[in-house]
Amino acid sequence: MNAAPSVTAPLIEAHDLAMAFDVSPPWLNRVLEGKPRLLLQAVDGVSFSIEKGKTLALVGESGCGKSTVARLLVGLYQPTRGRLKFGDQDVHATLKSPQGHHLRRHIQMIFQDPYASLNPRWTVEDIVGEPLQEHGMIRDPAARKMRVAELLRSVGLNALDMVKFPHQFSGGQRQRISIARALGTEPEFLVCDEPTSALDVSVQAQVLNIMKDLQRERGLTYLFISHNLAVVRHVSDHVGVMYLGRLVELADKPTLFDRPRHPYTRMLLDAIPKMRDTGRARTPVSGEVPNPLDPPAGCAFHPRCPHANGRCAAERPHMLEQESTRVACHAVEEGRIE
Amino acid sequence: MSLLQVKNLVVEFPGRHGTLRALDDISFEIAPGEILGIVGESGAGKSLTSAAIIGLLEPPGRIASGEVLLEGTRIDNLNHEQMRHIRGRRIGAIFQDPLTSLNPLYTIGRQLIETIQTHLPMGAAEARQRAISLLQETGIAAAEQRLEHYPHQFSGGMRQRVVIALALAGEPKLIVADEPTTALDVSIQAQIIALLKNVCKKHSAAVMLITHDMGVIAETCDRVAVMYAGRIAEIGPVHDVINRPSHPYTEGLMAAIPDIEVDRDRLNQIDGAMPRLDAIPNGCAFNPRCAKAFERCRLVRPELTLVSTTRAACWLHETSVEVAA
Amino acid sequence: MTRWFHRTWHSDVAYSFRQSPVAMAAGLIAFACLFCAVFANWVAPHNPFDLATLELSDAFLPPLWLADGNPKYLLGTDDQGRDILSALMFGARISLMVGLASVMLSAAVGVSLGLLAGFVGGRLDAFIMRVCDVMLSFPVILIALLIAGVGRALFPDAPSAMVLGVLVLSISLSGWVQYARTVRSSTLVERNKEYVQAARLTGVSSLRIMRRHVLPNVLGPVMVLATIQVATAIITEATLSFLGVGAPPNSPSLGTLIQVGNKFLFSGNWWITVFPGTMLVLIALSVNLLGDWLRDALNPRLR
Repeated sequence: MNAAPSVTAPLIEAHDLAMAFDVSPPWLNRVLEGKPRLLLQAVDGVSFSIEKGKTLALVGESGCGKSTVARLLVGLYQPTRGRLKFGDQDVHATLKSPQGHHLRRHIQMIFQDPYASLNPRWTVEDIVGEPLQEHGMIRDPAARKMRVAELLRSVGLNALDMVKFPHQFSGGQRQRISIARALGTEPEFLVCDEPTSALDVSVQAQVLNIMKDLQRERGLTYLFISHNLAVVRHVSDHVGVMYLGRLVELADKPTLFDRPRHPYTRMLLDAIPKMRDTGRARTPVSGEVPNPLDPPAGCAFHPRCPHANGRCAAERPHMLEQESTRVACHAVEEGRIE
Repeated sequence: MSLLQVKNLVVEFPGRHGTLRALDDISFEIAPGEILGIVGESGAGKSLTSAAIIGLLEPPGRIASGEVLLEGTRIDNLNHEQMRHIRGRRIGAIFQDPLTSLNPLYTIGRQLIETIQTHLPMGAAEARQRAISLLQETGIAAAEQRLEHYPHQFSGGMRQRVVIALALAGEPKLIVADEPTTALDVSIQAQIIALLKNVCKKHSAAVMLITHDMGVIAETCDRVAVMYAGRIAEIGPVHDVINRPSHPYTEGLMAAIPDIEVDRDRLNQIDGAMPRLDAIPNGCAFNPRCAKAFERCRLVRPELTLVSTTRAACWLHETSVEVAA
Repeated sequence: MTRWFHRTWHSDVAYSFRQSPVAMAAGLIAFACLFCAVFANWVAPHNPFDLATLELSDAFLPPLWLADGNPKYLLGTDDQGRDILSALMFGARISLMVGLASVMLSAAVGVSLGLLAGFVGGRLDAFIMRVCDVMLSFPVILIALLIAGVGRALFPDAPSAMVLGVLVLSISLSGWVQYARTVRSSTLVERNKEYVQAARLTGVSSLRIMRRHVLPNVLGPVMVLATIQVATAIITEATLSFLGVGAPPNSPSLGTLIQVGNKFLFSGNWWITVFPGTMLVLIALSVNLLGDWLRDALNPRLR
C-alpha cells in the first residue's frame, strides 16, 4: 500500500476476497419455469491491508458490499475466492481448525443496530460476560463480575448498570455495551459495521470519541464501515471506496479527501450536503446504483461516469498504484482526468 | 400573511404513569413559498409536530391546547372529514419510507390519478395528462409508460420521486416532508434534495422539512427551527443559526457534527442525553447538560427571545428581551 | 424471589390483567376449577370412587333445589349413588391433568422441532415442514382415535395410568405442529439479528445459541398458543372419552361422565350429564378467554 517497504508486516491482509451468494429460485421453480441459477456477487475481488493500530474505513452506498466484507473479515462468511491473513495465519483456514476458537478472541465486531445487537432477554452482565465465559478466560463468577464492571467503566457506563436489561438503555448506551462486550476478550482487531449510523449526532460524537480513546490506549486496529464520509474523515487513517462489490479507490485519508482520483469518489464527495459553503449550484449525479445481480460489463461505474469510453464498457479496470493512491479507473490510467 | 401559523401548541399523551407532554408550547410560522427546516435529535418532537399539523396524531396522543392556522383559519379543531379535505389539497405530505408510502397493490398511475381527481375538478383524461406531467417534472423518464408500473418496479430514489409527485398532485400550498432523504443513499439524496427545492419553488409551495441531518437543512432551507425535548430552542435564518448559533444546544450540536472539510482530533460531545418525556428538568430543558447554565436556568423556562437575527430560548440572552420586536 | 414478584406484579402484563374484567373473571373461574381439581380429595364432600361409601338407595337423587333434593348431595347423584359434585371435581382433575400433560408434551416436541427447523434451515427445515404439512392433513380426532384405539387393542387390560398415558400421547401428537410452525417463523426472524451473529463470531456453538439466545425470545407466542391449546386438549379428551376410547371408567374424566350420563338424559335424570357438560364448558371457556387476553397483552411488546 505504501511505496516504501513497511517496517512491520500489516496486521490484516486481504487478497482478492470475493463472496457470491446463491439467490437462485427454489429447485422446483427452476425446473418447472426453466430459470437459471442466480448468483449475487456481493464482493468481487477486494484487496487491502491494515497496519496495527490504524483504522481503515470502507465507504460506499447500499449494495456496494462493505457489510459483506465486514462479515468476511470476522469469519461469519466463508469467501468464495481469495485469502485473508491475520498476522501470519490464514483466517478462514484457521477458523475451520481447532485453533479457530482461539483466533476468535482476537477479532471482534460491533454492529450497526443498537437494538438488535443485544439479546433483549439477557442482563447486561450476561451479555458482556458471555465472551469471557465462552473462551474460559475467567472461570470464577465473582472475578468475571468484576471484569464486566471494569469493561463497563472503560466505556463510560456505570458498573451498577450490569443488572439491567438492554431496553432500559438508550441507543448510544447500547452501542457502548456492545463495545464493552467486544473488548472482553482483549481483541487486537475490531470490525465496526456502521456503529454510529443509527445514533443521533451528539451521541455519535460520544461513541466516536470513546472509540478513538480506546484505540489509543490499547493499540486497537479498526476496520470502520460507513456511508457517512464526514464520520470517516474523523476516524480513519486510510480510506477505501467501494462500488458494487469492488474497490475503486484506496488512499490515505488526506489524499482521498483533498485529491480524490476516481470519478465515483469525486461524485460522492460532491454529493454530500455541505454546511458552510451552501447555496452553490451543484451538478447532482445522474442515475442510480445498478442491480448487483446484473452488474454492468467492464467498469461497474461506467453507465454513470462522465468520463467513460469504449474501453470502460468492455474491460474491467485493475487497481493501479499511483503515487500513494490505488485507483481502479481507465480514465485515470490514461491520464484523461487530471 | 403567513401560510401556516402554529401558536402555543401543546401535545400530550395520557398514559399509565401520568400524562406526558411531548410538545410543550411550540410556536412558529411559515411564509408562503418558504422552506422551513425542523431539526432535532430523536425524541425532540419533530415528527410529532408534523403529525399534529396534518391531524395524524396517533391516539392516545392529542392536542391539549394551542392553535394551528392554515391561511388564517384554524385546522387543529376540525373533524376527521374536514381534515381529509385539507390533506392532499392544501397540505401535501412526504414521509421517510418510500416503500410504505405507496400502495403496493395499485399502479402508480392509478394512485396519482385518484389523488388528482379527489382534490381537483378534472376529468379522467385531463387528470392523466397532469399525472404524466408531474412525473416528468420529478425526473421520471418515460413517464407515460411508467404510469402502468407498480411501486416495486421502481428503485428507492425513483419511488421517492413518485411520492413527491403525489404530494404535489393536489396543488397544495404547504408540503410537509418528514425525513424524506434519510432512507436514501448519499448520491440519491443529493438528487432528491435538489428536486424538492426546484419543484416546490415552481409550484410556489412552502415546505416544512423535518430531518436530523444538518447538512440537508443547510442545503435546502431558508429558515430552521432547532427542537429539543419538545420545545424550540432556536429559530432563525439558516446561515445564522448554523454559523452563529445563539443557543448552547445548537452550538454543541454544530460542534459535534464531524466536518467533511476539516480534520479534528476530538468531536465536541454534549455529555448526557436528551431527557425522557417523563423526566424533563425544571426551567430550561437543556440546563443539566449546559456548560453555561446558571441559577435562573434551573428554575424558570426561557421564552424565545430575539438575538440579532435569530430567536433563542436561553437566559444568556435575557438582556435582549427589551429589544425584541 | 420477592424482587421477581414485585417486577411481575408491576409489569405491563399484570397491569393489563388488572384492567380487564373479562380476564380477571376468567382467571378466577379457571383458578377455582384448578383448585377443586387439585385438592379434590379434601374439597369434595364425598369420594365417589370409594365403593364402601356408596348407597344405592341414594341413586338418581336430583339436585338440591328440586323436589326430592338432598342437602347431602348438592348436585344430585347418578345411577350408582355417586355424588355428582364430587364426581365433577375428580373428573375435572383427570381432564385437566390430561389437558395440561398433552400440551406440555406437544409444546416440548413442537418448540424443539421448530427451533431446529428455523435455525438450521436447509433440508432439515424442508423435511420438518413437510412432516408438519402431512400431519395437518389428518383430522385431529382421527389420529387420536387411531392411537388410542390401537393401544386399547394391543393392551386390553392395561392399568388406568397407562391408558391415560396413551391418551396424552395421542392428543399431543396431533397438536405439536402449531408450535413448530410458530416457533420456526420466530426463529427465522431472530436468527438474522445481530446478537445472534455476535454470539456466533465469539465462537458459541449453534446448540447453545439456539437454547440460550433464541429460545427465550420465541417463547412469547408459544405461551398464548399453549393456553388456548389447553382448552382444545381438554375438549379433545372429552370427545375421545365420549367415544369410549378416552379415560377409563374407574378414573373418569368429564367426558366419560358426560357419556355415562347420556344414557339417562331422556329418562328425566338430566343432571347426571348436564353438570359435567357445564363444568367442561366453563373450564374451556375460561381458559380460552385467558388465552385471548394473553395474546393481546403480549402483543404490543412483541412488536
